[in-house]
Amino acid sequence: MSLYPVKYMSLRLLLALALALALALVSPLASPAFAADQDRPERIVAVGGVITEIIYALGAEDRIVGVDSTSLHPADALATHPNVGYVRALSAEGVLSLAPDRVIAVEAAGPPDALALVAQAGVRVETVSEELSLQGIVARILDIGEMVERPSEARALADDVSRAFAELDAHRAVIDKPLRVLFVLSLQNGRAMVGGRDTSADAVIKLAGAVNAAAAIEGFKPITDEAIIAAAPDVILTIDRGDHALSPEDVFSLPAFSATPAAGTRNLIAMDGLYLLGFGPRMPAAIADLMGRLYPGSAVAAQETPR
Amino acid sequence: MSIAVESARAFEDAMAANRRKRLIAVAALAAGAVVIAIASLGAGAVEIGPARVVAILAGAGAAEGREALVIMNIRLPRLLLGLLVGAALGVSGAMMQGLFRNPLADPGLVGVSAGAGLAAAVTIVLGERYIAPYIGVSTFLLLPIGAFLGGLATTLALYGIATREGRTSVATMLLAGIALGALAGSFTGLLAYASDDRQLRDLTFWSLGSLGGATWAKLAVVAPIILPILFATPMLARGLNALVLGEAEAFHLGISVQRLKAMIILLVAAAVGASVAVAGVIGFVGIVVPHLLRLIVGPDHRLLLPLCAVLGGALLAGADILARTIVAPSELPIGIVTAAIGAPFFLWLLLHRNRSIAS
Repeated sequence: MSLYPVKYMSLRLLLALALALALALVSPLASPAFAADQDRPERIVAVGGVITEIIYALGAEDRIVGVDSTSLHPADALATHPNVGYVRALSAEGVLSLAPDRVIAVEAAGPPDALALVAQAGVRVETVSEELSLQGIVARILDIGEMVERPSEARALADDVSRAFAELDAHRAVIDKPLRVLFVLSLQNGRAMVGGRDTSADAVIKLAGAVNAAAAIEGFKPITDEAIIAAAPDVILTIDRGDHALSPEDVFSLPAFSATPAAGTRNLIAMDGLYLLGFGPRMPAAIADLMGRLYPGSAVAAQETPR
Repeated sequence: MSIAVESARAFEDAMAANRRKRLIAVAALAAGAVVIAIASLGAGAVEIGPARVVAILAGAGAAEGREALVIMNIRLPRLLLGLLVGAALGVSGAMMQGLFRNPLADPGLVGVSAGAGLAAAVTIVLGERYIAPYIGVSTFLLLPIGAFLGGLATTLALYGIATREGRTSVATMLLAGIALGALAGSFTGLLAYASDDRQLRDLTFWSLGSLGGATWAKLAVVAPIILPILFATPMLARGLNALVLGEAEAFHLGISVQRLKAMIILLVAAAVGASVAVAGVIGFVGIVVPHLLRLIVGPDHRLLLPLCAVLGGALLAGADILARTIVAPSELPIGIVTAAIGAPFFLWLLLHRNRSIAS
C-alpha cells in the first residue's frame, strides 16, 4: 500500500547498493556515527520525566542527547532534544541512533528487549528507583549524581530536599484540623476521575497535612456523583494543564460538586502535574506550595515564596 | 455460426490476457517484496551507508560494532518477523473469507483477537502483582505466552460451541464468535477500568501492534509455528475453491468438508495467535491483502494463498519501514500505519474497480 513512496526510495537505494557493493570490495568505509572519543563528556539518553528533571537540576543537561516523551519539565528538555518515544515503548534503533554512552531510565522503562539490545551495543543502561517517598527522591538524586559525575551537587540537592521535608514535617505537626482533599485528575462530560489510595496524589495530599477524601477507592478511578457527595471534600485539587485548566465555575456548577463543602468556599486548587506528582527535586516546594494554599493562615503560607 | 466462433476466440483472447495480467502481477509482487526487503535493511534511525550494510550482511570482517548490531540484531529480525507475521495475517484472512464465504471475514472472527486481547489485558494488569511472582517469569515474557494460549483457547471454545454431532455450523460460529468477542471485550474493559495509567498505556500500545520487540529468540519461537502453516495452506486451496460453491456442493465434489473446516480454523488460530503474541494486534492486513489480490489475480485459492503470503509480508515490512522512520528516534505503532495507508488505498481501489466494471 505504501508501495509508491517506498518503491521510489528503494529504487534509488538499490542503485546505491549496487554502487556501494563495488566500492565495498575496494575499501571498507569508516563509520562516522559511532566514532569513539574518550575525552568528550558522556552522551546520555534520559528516559522518564523525573530523570530528566534531576539531570537538569544537577546542571548536567549538556550531556543529554535524547529524552522520552514524559520528560515535560523543564519545557526546554523536549523542545531541544530528540524524543525517543513513550517510556514503555522505546525503539532500540531509535535510541542507538543518538549514539549514547549511557541510558538512564526509570525502572518501568521498556520494553526490556529493546533495552537489552541497547545494552548489547555497548551502551550502559542504568535504572533508577521510582519509590514515592523522601527516601526515593534522595536515592534518585544521589544515583543520578554519580552517573552524570556531579556527586557533590547531588549531595547538596539531596540535603536540601531532606531539610525541606523535615520542615514540612514540623508544619504538618501543628495542623489541628486536617482538611479533606479530593484530587480530580480529569472531568470528562461531568464524570470525575479521582485519585484514590496508593496513588501519587494520595501521597502528596498526606504530605501536605490533609486527608484524601477518596481514600475508599484504589488508584485513579472514575467516581459516581453520590460518592463525591459522600466524600465531602473541603478542597478540590486538580491538575493545571496550561491551556485548559478546570475553573471553579466548571467544577462547582456540577450538581455533585455543588453539594460538597468545597463549593461553599469555592475552594479549587490547580497545580502543574509533574511539579505536584513528579516526586522529583521540586517535591518539597510543591508540597509546601499546596500546604500554603490549603492552610492560608499557617506559617508555611507566610514563608511561601512564589516559585 | 460465425458469432459462436468469434465469441469463442474472444473468450480465448480474454483468457490469454488474464494469464498475462496474472503473470505480470505475480512478477511485480515478487519484485516489490524484494525491493521492500532491501529497503527495510537499509532504512532506519541509525544512518548506515549502503556500502556498510552490504559489507555487514556479507560478514566481511564487519560483524563487530554497533552498526553490525543494528543490522544483524535489530533490522534483520524485524524484517523477518514482519514478513512472517504479514504472511500469516494475509493467508489467514484469505482462508477465513473462503471458509465463511463472506468478504468481511477476518482472522479475528475465530475469536483469536478477542481471546488474545483478554489474555494480554490480564497479564498487563494483573501479571506483575498476581502471576509473575508465582511462576518466576517477567510480565514481558508472560504477555506473548498468555496471548497465544488465550487466542487458542477461545478458538477451541468457539469450535466446540459451533460443532454438533460432528458438524461445525459456520453460521453458529460467526454468531457465537460475536458473543464471545463481546464477553471477552467486557472483561478486557473491566481490567482496563482496574488498571493504572501506565498499564492502560501498555494496553493501548499493544492493541496497536508493533514489530519493535523483534529478536532472534522470538523468531525462533514463531517461525516453527508460522512457516509450516504457510507451507501447508496451499494443500487446502482445492477445498477452499470447492467451498465457494457451498458446503453441500463441496461435499459432492469429494471434499471432506468437516475436516477442511477444522483444519482451517486450527491453522488460522495458531498462525494469528502466534502473530498477535509477538507483534500485538495488527489490523487491516487480513482484510485488504486477500481482496486486493482477488481483484488482480482472481479468486483461485491455489494462486491466491501463496500470493497473500507474499503481499502480506511485503505490506507489513513496508509499513514497518514507515513506522520506525517517520517519527525517529521514536516509532509509531504499526497498526496505525497499516490502517492509515491500507484503508484509503483499498477505498480508491474499490471506487476505481466499480467504475471500470460500470463502463
